Amino acid sequence: MPKIKPPVSTPRIDMTPMVDLFSLLLIFFVLTASFRPQEAAMIDSPASISEKQAPDFNLMTIFIDKEGKVFFNVDNGADSTTKFRQQILQKMAERYEMTFTPEEYDLFGRLSGFGLPLKDMKKWIHAENSEKREEFQVGMPFDSADNQLGYWILYSRIVNPRAEVAIKGDGDASYMVVKEIMDMLQDNKVNKFNLITNFVTEEVGLADLPPEK
Amino acid sequence: MSQIQTQDPGGKKGSKKKRAKKHSSEIDMTPMVDLMCLLITFFMLTTAFAKPKVMVITMPEKDKNQEVKDQPKISAERTLNILLSGDDEVFYYKGQAAPKKPMPVVAKSDFSKDGVRKLLLNWNRDLFTKITEYREKRLTGEIIVADTTFENTIKQMKMDDKKGPIVLIKADTNARYKDIVNIIDEMAICNIASYAIVDIGQVEVMMIESTKAGTPLTEYPVIKVK
Repeated sequence: MPKIKPPVSTPRIDMTPMVDLFSLLLIFFVLTASFRPQEAAMIDSPASISEKQAPDFNLMTIFIDKEGKVFFNVDNGADSTTKFRQQILQKMAERYEMTFTPEEYDLFGRLSGFGLPLKDMKKWIHAENSEKREEFQVGMPFDSADNQLGYWILYSRIVNPRAEVAIKGDGDASYMVVKEIMDMLQDNKVNKFNLITNFVTEEVGLADLPPEK
Repeated sequence: MSQIQTQDPGGKKGSKKKRAKKHSSEIDMTPMVDLMCLLITFFMLTTAFAKPKVMVITMPEKDKNQEVKDQPKISAERTLNILLSGDDEVFYYKGQAAPKKPMPVVAKSDFSKDGVRKLLLNWNRDLFTKITEYREKRLTGEIIVADTTFENTIKQMKMDDKKGPIVLIKADTNARYKDIVNIIDEMAICNIASYAIVDIGQVEVMMIESTKAGTPLTEYPVIKVK
């Protein structure tokens, strides 16, 4: 009697549905991605119930970290061909009598937030990587002796008059630093601030009203 | 890999017949899956899903030429002064601290549910009830209004309010940024119609200190001018 051989089959899984699924997920993520901008410092902002979203463009952001160091960021506007950042740096360079090469302008246009005196800007632009760049971030001077932050704000507003001001402060930052910056902004005729906060829900209804006395 | 290669069991030893190797017509998808996994992971980690939320505050324009007499007058009995001094503590007093008048009592509170919120809700009862009822009516579909109308109605309610407190927020040098955000948030939660962030006075700093020390001021202090 011949031996009965079990049919030999190679165990295999059809990967096609998995690929389909992954493709869909990938497309979803690619389309919804708005890249998390690199932040100049670790900032843990306080929470509020505000549901208003920060504008995507035309925003200058002032970061205040725990120790009161100040960083500044401004975007290129909705249309990246406008190159607002380069124009702002140009004006700053004129003010402080510095010269930057076209490559440096171009590089600066693509970088993000910074917090350093303008004299270190060249080194910051040419830093090899983001870690090296971090070392130069010592905070933007904004006292009355050398109010560079004030000039950054002034020129940002000249170059892009539609720019709004957002303040992203660490919860533990001293209010005095924030107040100083707000006062300076008000001197620059900025009276509307967007305070960036984390969203929390807080349900307070009529039932929470304390009993009437 | 998805396909496990097995030796052809039918091959007899010594068989000399050579057959063209059978090529499977299917493509191994596994590397593609690997690649996609990596890409998805990359996009998931770099995507900022939740856009940052902002709390908008508008400050009155600073006009250096403005004279003191031009500043808006507010009635003392509607005034609630909130003093912030870090450590999650809130001090408040009603009315006004002025010379030759009895000193207002400074009370201590915090940002918890039973803290300063209770006081604000109680004081702002009418307006809060009005706005919350309006909001609930809209939520349940009892009234249907556009977003702008809705906001404007609430704005109008706040403008018409004549009973709620006028809150003056004052922070001293120990205050943290989160204190200010928390208290403004509290204003939003309690639907306070009018509030302002103002500079703290010397007397108020003394009031905080004395309350912290447990010996509240009973008289308007004499301020030494250095």
